[in-house]
Amino acid sequence: MDTSVNEETRDVRRRSWRDIDLRAVAPFAALILLLILGALVNPNFIGLNNLANVATRSAFIAIIAIGATFVISSGDLDLSVGAMVAFVASLMILFMNSGVIADPALMLTAAVLFAVVAGSLCGLANGLITTVGRIEPFIATLGTMGIYRGLTTWLSQGGAITLKDPALQEIYRPAYFGSILGVPVPIVVILAVTCIAAFILYRTRYGRHVVAVGSNADVARYSGIPVNRVRTIAFVIQGLCVAIAVLLYVPRLGSTSATTGILWELQAITAVVVGGTALKGGAGRVWGTICGAFILELVGNIMLLSNFISEYLIGAIQGTIIIVAMLVQRSLVRKS
Amino acid sequence: MSSQTSGAGDGAIVLSARRISKSFNGVQVLFGVDFDLRAGEIHALMGENGAGKSTLVKILSGFEQPTSGDIILDGHSVKLPPNGAAEALGIVIIHQEFNLAEHLTVTESLFLGREVTRFGVLDRKFMRSETRRVLDLLGSHVDENAMISSLSIADKQMVEIAKAISRDARVVFMDEPTAVLSREETNFLFKQVRKLRDQGTSFVFVSHKLDEVMELTDRVTVLRDGQWIKTSPTSILDGESIAQLMVGRELSKLYPAKREPNVDEEIVLSVDAVSTGYVKDVSFEVRKGEILGFSGMIGSGRTELMEAIAGLRSRASGEVVIHGEAVPSGDVHAANRRGLAYMTKDRKSKGLLLNSRMTANLTLQSLENHGKLGYLSPASEAQALERARRRFDIRVRDGNVVAGRMSGGNQQKLLLAKVMETEPEIIIIDEPTRGIDVGTKQQIYHFISALARDGRSIIVVSSEMPEVIGLCTRVAVMREGRIVGMLEGDEISEQEIMRYAAGLKKKAAA
Repeated sequence: MDTSVNEETRDVRRRSWRDIDLRAVAPFAALILLLILGALVNPNFIGLNNLANVATRSAFIAIIAIGATFVISSGDLDLSVGAMVAFVASLMILFMNSGVIADPALMLTAAVLFAVVAGSLCGLANGLITTVGRIEPFIATLGTMGIYRGLTTWLSQGGAITLKDPALQEIYRPAYFGSILGVPVPIVVILAVTCIAAFILYRTRYGRHVVAVGSNADVARYSGIPVNRVRTIAFVIQGLCVAIAVLLYVPRLGSTSATTGILWELQAITAVVVGGTALKGGAGRVWGTICGAFILELVGNIMLLSNFISEYLIGAIQGTIIIVAMLVQRSLVRKS
Repeated sequence: MSSQTSGAGDGAIVLSARRISKSFNGVQVLFGVDFDLRAGEIHALMGENGAGKSTLVKILSGFEQPTSGDIILDGHSVKLPPNGAAEALGIVIIHQEFNLAEHLTVTESLFLGREVTRFGVLDRKFMRSETRRVLDLLGSHVDENAMISSLSIADKQMVEIAKAISRDARVVFMDEPTAVLSREETNFLFKQVRKLRDQGTSFVFVSHKLDEVMELTDRVTVLRDGQWIKTSPTSILDGESIAQLMVGRELSKLYPAKREPNVDEEIVLSVDAVSTGYVKDVSFEVRKGEILGFSGMIGSGRTELMEAIAGLRSRASGEVVIHGEAVPSGDVHAANRRGLAYMTKDRKSKGLLLNSRMTANLTLQSLENHGKLGYLSPASEAQALERARRRFDIRVRDGNVVAGRMSGGNQQKLLLAKVMETEPEIIIIDEPTRGIDVGTKQQIYHFISALARDGRSIIVVSSEMPEVIGLCTRVAVMREGRIVGMLEGDEISEQEIMRYAAGLKKKAAA
């Protein structure tokens, strides 16, 4: 009798151990493997300069993917983020070009606020169409993707929208190219956004609600959680993250066009899924998402540094990664 | 009407179970059960909820495989094919929950999966006339071209039975077939069953209705807590002795002593002429410290009514007043804030997050108690879990186990604990003990009783009559969306509730 109880106890512990840890650890293990592989391919790869470069370039996708982590955790999906980047960036540059405020510093501050509000409103629109309009998020955001992209094309008249004022360009440049205590600004922003997001998702009532809604909306409703509000706010958080990505994107080139951010939604979703967040909702992994974004950028970087594989195959490789990630995720679920 | 036919049940054994055991996730629900079904007999399978009747039926019809033991068909040990493929062997089950696709016609349902064709084209005419023939045989007036979705629950039941009959079944399992039938429809059904029995078809009749078992069946097998207790000819038993075999213990021990609230006790909840969906014009009141029962058939509108009261469903009309304050329609928060909580009967799909741990489940409804400005304090949550585990005796070896891996009884205790975290004054408990073992049932009854003694008011909605009778000081009986009877004191009995629930008796709601 005693031994059987012991065995059962051990069994329970082993099962929960497997269930909780493997899926969270898997993306980090993959990242380490990639780093080793990269070092073998090219010694320059593992240098601090190269890695900081990779991290900096992953900033846009990483920050957008943080927002996507909220949307996906609550059981929804946002396909419009790539188009939203182009739209918000265009609006922001047009606002700065309008010259309504003469002082460059003041103008920049206003433009930043403007972009943040615009991004949030775009997210709010997605959220309201999905929840109040009761349209599948896939369809709703497919629609707004077309709208945001189309409006961008119209605003730019098919060409590019470029930041004109050189004084503004000058003071805005460090937002992407500068560094704080030797760390490039985009990396600092990634870390800050991730920390805040992790705090919200794991340590606040709202975060708990997001996971509850994503894992079973009925249970959430019967527990008195305002399901539609939780989902809508997740879309607004996504819009905010897009706006933050735009704030880094605009000083980089000082210009946008109708093709800005094309397929970024797929990269963001890939990062989230590779990071271990379940696409059907109910489990969000913020740090995993960041890890996923790095993995995507690293793969591209390794391909560039190696001479075996053409870099034109990058899309195919990223597509393979998402499928492999899903397979691994499922096999880990099955074992538990 | 002759009740038993002598001579039936002398046929050869068609289907039998030999020392069948079954476990689900390490919880054993059947312990070496034996069961014989002879050709041309109607065999009643009886037992309390959770006794293992449904599991045995599922095993003997191939829907579940036994953990150990043998199934013997026509003298040979067999492994029955799963998912209803046993129909090909003449073993048919009429499900308690309907298994009909809502968007098909009656004819299409009857021939689903074995459509008759001529030259590769559906022979609709033949299928329609065949359906008509079977329905006429049953004395049913259901239109063979009607959509399933347009039928009443009773008619759907008839279609299920017609479906079984049309498949030339040798062994038919009927799980509570009369639960939703009127007396007249039941008579038709019984007549047809007897006729088929006399032609050699065997029936297994699962029912809680003792009078029907006495009237229809040839033999009775009683299960209790997953064990075989007795098999005997129906003619030498009476209702009392069957009940004794089923329960096997003093009922009084299972339920705590009742405590009537004082007549001048404050009325905490008053429901006035509420209508929603199927529910029509329901009014009642609950006093402080009272346990009010809601009984009635499945589908009589009890859950809809409770959800409307709790704000989970909006009301078409009517008022809900808590402590003298009206509650707006369809607003869960407003109802919660005024101290009313609803505990769902559907713990797996509406009550608990099966992939989350106990803590996340426990505090989900009451997160505002665990931190300020939306920030959550893990320590405070852990404390709440410790309290709840002690208070509701939630027994798990590993505190980090996800809810989906806990036993039904522990899940139910966790759900009760979760609802109680909101500190409600009025608690609506829908099916408090669905699918849990007797020991846990008893505990839950004592929790409910203790809450009432604490001055909280409780509404117990239950399809298990003994539960309502053993626990409540007043019982409302619902039928077709209305309260048709309000019983108090000595009036609360199985027969009396049944009379109201079946529509044989009516009186104005109190």
